[in-house]
Amino acid sequence: MEEKYFGHSVLRKEGRSKVTGRAQYVDDLAFPDMIYGATVRSSVARGRIKAIRYGDGIPWKEFTIVTAADIPGKNEIVLMLHDQPCLAADVINHPEEPIVLLAHPDKYLVEEARRAVQIEVEPLPAIFTIEDSLARRVIISGEDNVFKSYLVDKGDVDAAWASADVIVEGEYRTGAQEQLYIENQGMVAIANPADGVMVCGSLQCPYYVQKALMLVFDLPADKIRVVQAETGGGFGGKEEYPSMIAAHASLLAWKSGKRVKIIYDRAEDMVATTKRHPSRTRHRTGVTRDGKLVAMDIDLVIDGGAYATLSSVVLSRATIHAAGPYACPNVRIRSQAVATNAPPHGAFRGFGAPQSIFAIERHMDQIARAVNLTPEELRRRNFLHKDQTTATGQIIHEAVDYDDLLDRAFRESDYHAKRERFARENPGSAIKRGIGFASFMHGAGFTGSGEVYLASVVEAKATSEGMVRILAASTEIGQGANTIFSQIAADALGISFDRIEIAQPDTGAVPNSGPTVASRTSMVVGKLVEEAVLGIKHTLVESGLLCDACTEDEFVRACGRYIETRGPLRSRSQYEPPPGLLWDDATYSGDAYGTYAWAVYVAEVAVDTTTFEARVTDFVAVQEVGKVIHPVLAAGQIEGGVAQAIGMSLYENVVWREGRMANGQMTNYIMPTAADIPPIRVFFEEHPYPFGPGGAKGIGELPMDGPAPAIVNAIENATGLSLHEIPVTPEVLMEAMTEKVGMHG
Amino acid sequence: MAEAVGKIEIKCTVNGEHRQVHAYPMARLLDVIREEMHLTGTKEGCGEGECGACAVLMNGAIVNSCLVPAIEANGKEIRTIEGIASGAQLHDVQEAFLECGGTQCGICTPGMVIAAVALIQRHPYPSDAEIREGLAGNLCRCTGYQKIFAAVVQACQIAGKTSPEYR
Repeated sequence: MEEKYFGHSVLRKEGRSKVTGRAQYVDDLAFPDMIYGATVRSSVARGRIKAIRYGDGIPWKEFTIVTAADIPGKNEIVLMLHDQPCLAADVINHPEEPIVLLAHPDKYLVEEARRAVQIEVEPLPAIFTIEDSLARRVIISGEDNVFKSYLVDKGDVDAAWASADVIVEGEYRTGAQEQLYIENQGMVAIANPADGVMVCGSLQCPYYVQKALMLVFDLPADKIRVVQAETGGGFGGKEEYPSMIAAHASLLAWKSGKRVKIIYDRAEDMVATTKRHPSRTRHRTGVTRDGKLVAMDIDLVIDGGAYATLSSVVLSRATIHAAGPYACPNVRIRSQAVATNAPPHGAFRGFGAPQSIFAIERHMDQIARAVNLTPEELRRRNFLHKDQTTATGQIIHEAVDYDDLLDRAFRESDYHAKRERFARENPGSAIKRGIGFASFMHGAGFTGSGEVYLASVVEAKATSEGMVRILAASTEIGQGANTIFSQIAADALGISFDRIEIAQPDTGAVPNSGPTVASRTSMVVGKLVEEAVLGIKHTLVESGLLCDACTEDEFVRACGRYIETRGPLRSRSQYEPPPGLLWDDATYSGDAYGTYAWAVYVAEVAVDTTTFEARVTDFVAVQEVGKVIHPVLAAGQIEGGVAQAIGMSLYENVVWREGRMANGQMTNYIMPTAADIPPIRVFFEEHPYPFGPGGAKGIGELPMDGPAPAIVNAIENATGLSLHEIPVTPEVLMEAMTEKVGMHG
Repeated sequence: MAEAVGKIEIKCTVNGEHRQVHAYPMARLLDVIREEMHLTGTKEGCGEGECGACAVLMNGAIVNSCLVPAIEANGKEIRTIEGIASGAQLHDVQEAFLECGGTQCGICTPGMVIAAVALIQRHPYPSDAEIREGLAGNLCRCTGYQKIFAAVVQACQIAGKTSPEYR
């Protein structure tokens, strides 16, 4: 294909409506008969519901009130397992469990009413930490509190210890993190037994919502229609929870016969919806005196919260990424997702990988010190190269060149000179400067056989005016899907970008191209877009209306002629796996992903020994992501991900109190502002991936993985403090520094 | 108790038009703009003045409309995102946001554009530090701010106003 748009930064497809404020998000939708819904939640972490009391002073007769008894189908929000109720009927398993739904035309009164409902609960013992869950003194889920466990077993770890000269152990922890998209979650629903259910809202995965609603209402797919409104950020936070809100709004609509809008305020969104899984990773690594990794024994646990939701899949990605981009012959990874009485943790950009990559990349720096090598030299001696195998035994066929990525990252960041200068200048300064890095990879697309099971479909449809419409369930959530799809389609057909239209994701109108997650939209769905539009061209060529090398005018005329004489002009494409991919779920081995993005990130920090504040002062991100489709969007993904990861590393601290987020406000849960983010310098190495559109790989989650270990490695370089847990808030630094004598001055 | 206070008449100029609405004096200006005037470009992100998604200009100064009581708007000149472009002609700042990739999901964009307009009014030749300070009241979760900084610089360049450090 001729690349007129591919590789160029065309203007964002829906950009104009966004910069003028015309874009319609769910809270901007208003209807004359609309009423407002609210959710009454538990007040304790675990217990049995004894009574629901509706307090005095509220005109309850004017309200629509829904409890579990009103659910026409099953009281479940289905995802992987069927364990999460739509509304708690008897047992409460976390402190934000929804129990009663209210709706009223006056949205201020509905809030007053929400506060007037009292849920009387007989408390049951609850657990709130990974350790409590593993101790199994209280069982809250299944027989052992474990949602899922995996074992990756490569080589023979037990036998390999003998060949190690040094054994290095470490434990690493990461906290919960709130996605904090700036648009709170919300849905508008209309529902009745005759027409079925229709919802429109802020969401990433229309077909996930449809599947959940089918069960709640016991209706077939053609009676459930899910439409995506303009969505103000997702980051994984709108992958699963929208199903819950959609079900709630629909239940109120079903009972009231009116259109119902539920919009969470910031506090409700922060405390009740999913967050990143907290994690604990233990490493025990055998290494030779000259720095070769000979055995890696990794024990990884993530806190899933009260219900299974997506934890098994998050755990899978965490597990597969836990050994890093290193070629070690003997690797054992034991991993578990465990239950606690907190709201379920869920999808968040990176999806488990940032947790396990934080651990391995901090641990590599500890190993380097133990064998007297620089962090870079230790890594160079162990980097994965072409034809070597990952922890799951996947043979790398790409010509990955980590030495080159590392060289470039060091050059761009002036790593060596800075390392030297900081060592010289720090002793006399109250501000300690440091520089650190992380090398890491991120698998693009669904894990293992996931894409095969999804079997995604895209449709393209031409009009008689020669416009080409792309029909896919993939959602624009800021990442630029509309623009990327248009670039791919326009180039494949050799027509202008403005001839491509992107259909609004609507389960009533678009095929299921899979969820908008897992860095898969450009790489997997983008390829399907290319194939679908090529199908249209093929039809025109086959019918003799078009020659293969056509002009835009010829294409337009051919579309008109075809539709006039033969009827609708459309084409569908369906996912086919790249040849030779083999994955075995039973042994958790094989080709975990079709491809990986490879990266080295360098962070520079300044630690103020007076205020105990660590700041990132410079950041270099070097990555190999296949061919870059849109340089501005691609850099925007990296910069945004790095900023979010800086937040995870230094600022964003979820304070838990009995399973409930105690700081559910932007005032006391601190995300980075324009004043906190350093220059982020982004560099792409481009090696075409044969199975992505134009050679592109997935990119969205990668930048979430590397910053945290790079930053904490830099803090160690600056201060000598070996910190094993994020976020590194001033409180953490103060404690660590006051323990370490001689830090001041 | 304020319960006895009913709705009052509020007269103001919004995007150059005289408007007259009935609202409770302590209603949030944000709600008046969105629900009474149906100008939904102004967004609510946090409702507590932290995120800046609801930013508007009041007599030329940037305010978080979620924190402004409606009565405060009486007699004032309000400018919302809908009043930034001149018809189909985008403002330099909007043009620059589009070209530089300063908008992703778009939910912070109206407030961010307002903040950038206010910043350039205050500092026609903003330095890097002034840009960061001027936008620090507006949170963006998508961009990492880099492309927004670039958009502000470019908007100044379009207008022929550039700090020496960007020349």
